Amino acid sequence: MALQDLCGFKDSFLNSRWNLPASHPVEYLSESPIQFVIAAADTRSSCNGLVACPASQKILPVHSHLVGTTSGTSADCALWKRILSRELRLYQLRHGRRLSTAGAAKLLAHMLHPFKGTELCVAATLCGWDGGEQENISKMGNETDDLAKTSESDSISQAEARGRNPCPSPAMSRQHCSAGGKQLVRSGPSLYYVCSDGTRLQGALFSVGSGSPYAYSVLDGGVRWGLTVEEAISLAREAVYRATHRDAYSGNCVDVYHITSHGWTRRDREELREEYYREKERERGKVKERREKQEGVEDGQSSGRKK
Amino acid sequence: MFATQVYGDNGKMKEYHYTGPVEHRFSPYSFNGGTVLAVAGEDFAIVASDTRLSEGYSIHSRDSPKCYKLTDTTVIGCSGFHGDCLTLTKIIDARLKMYKHSNNKCMTSGAIAAMLSTILYGRRFFPYYVYNIIGGLDEEGKGAVYSFDPVGSYQRDTYKAGGSASAMLQPLLDNQIGFKNMEGVQHLPLSQEKAVQLVKDVFISAAERDVYTGDALRICIVTKDGIKEETVPLRKD
Repeated sequence: MALQDLCGFKDSFLNSRWNLPASHPVEYLSESPIQFVIAAADTRSSCNGLVACPASQKILPVHSHLVGTTSGTSADCALWKRILSRELRLYQLRHGRRLSTAGAAKLLAHMLHPFKGTELCVAATLCGWDGGEQENISKMGNETDDLAKTSESDSISQAEARGRNPCPSPAMSRQHCSAGGKQLVRSGPSLYYVCSDGTRLQGALFSVGSGSPYAYSVLDGGVRWGLTVEEAISLAREAVYRATHRDAYSGNCVDVYHITSHGWTRRDREELREEYYREKERERGKVKERREKQEGVEDGQSSGRKK
Repeated sequence: MFATQVYGDNGKMKEYHYTGPVEHRFSPYSFNGGTVLAVAGEDFAIVASDTRLSEGYSIHSRDSPKCYKLTDTTVIGCSGFHGDCLTLTKIIDARLKMYKHSNNKCMTSGAIAAMLSTILYGRRFFPYYVYNIIGGLDEEGKGAVYSFDPVGSYQRDTYKAGGSASAMLQPLLDNQIGFKNMEGVQHLPLSQEKAVQLVKDVFISAAERDVYTGDALRICIVTKDGIKEETVPLRKD
């Protein structure tokens, strides 16, 4: 029991609700014209072998165009996400535009840095869409009303900005805004991995948590250039399902979030308990079909020979 | 020669004969036992706890309930280390008063839960060793249960058991209130009488199997008419 462990000074107590989850942010960034980010995670939070919560939320929306997946200690992840949301909102109010995902990742990494070496444990991936709000300081009024409907990414600035360093410092951006000039901000889908030990990585695909090796194998096998949204979602879901099947600390349900230029949308939470049996049924169905087809062919052949 | 295994003060077993240098450490925590349970219904919430206060092999008190009334619509159950439970409830009471004086209204259950989360996280590196469960009515009058871990992670549930017998009670609640792991059953909404009877049965079972749970059961039923308390005797052995 966790309580006895505490009396014995074991560290495990502090990891209560330590979700060692397979939060497989299959954030696949597509280079094809259809652009999106997918995040998928399981829903099990465990504490020393006890499932503290079978229906926790590991993907927390930060704002309309940014979603963060959480892995590590539940309390740490929940709190730092909240602090990040607050800081991003303040940035938006001060500068009239949303901070890019890269900037948010840098902010989170710098906020966690003073706690390096302590038991704080946060491994988050930030999945977002950086939008075109470059010259929007005059439109700040509209901004606060309806974030979801902000203007789509400027195709011109997108082409220019790709490959450059994202997110200028606040001072610089203010200058740029008032000058109405182009900003060196990458537009489009963006995916960053931030860890409390100081790691901050950009990538096209990440899998985090105790079940991540299983998820990686499924993703690496299935990911390719030009995946459609439906294929990517089913691949992400499959990756989470395989990880929950094999990893003891992952399980229960799967949450899938889909982020586009319009913001994030969420699929209904899906229970994976029966998935194994459903899969077996499908396999059985396929084998039966194959066998019937085979028998049909043989019958045809044998009847042909008789003639 | 045989070794007698004895339990030390911090619950760990220690060898009776000398095996080598032993480090003695002062532990700021101790485990005082107790189980807390909360159930949310359509227009009511129930928070129940046993009243046994134990430490190691001894029972300090048979009449130390773990439910504390916060406002007219919220009750909190705290189990774990009694010292931290007392301090935490004092801090919550003080913050409630401050809120009442600055904002001229009582804190709602959801607000208390959010506040408690930040209070607990404020001691992230020397935590309050308390397992909290808040039960009450939300702004719409529906029952709400918020369960916490010692460092402040929380979420809203329909039912939750916390404390020493939580691992035994939670699966039973999942089955009886959540209708989980059963096939072909009708999901009937839980009435107040049925919920109270279920809570009593569940604690009687817990007292049978968990040494730290027993003596008496204190049930607080929160409805829009206020908070009603009921005491039911449990096994005293």
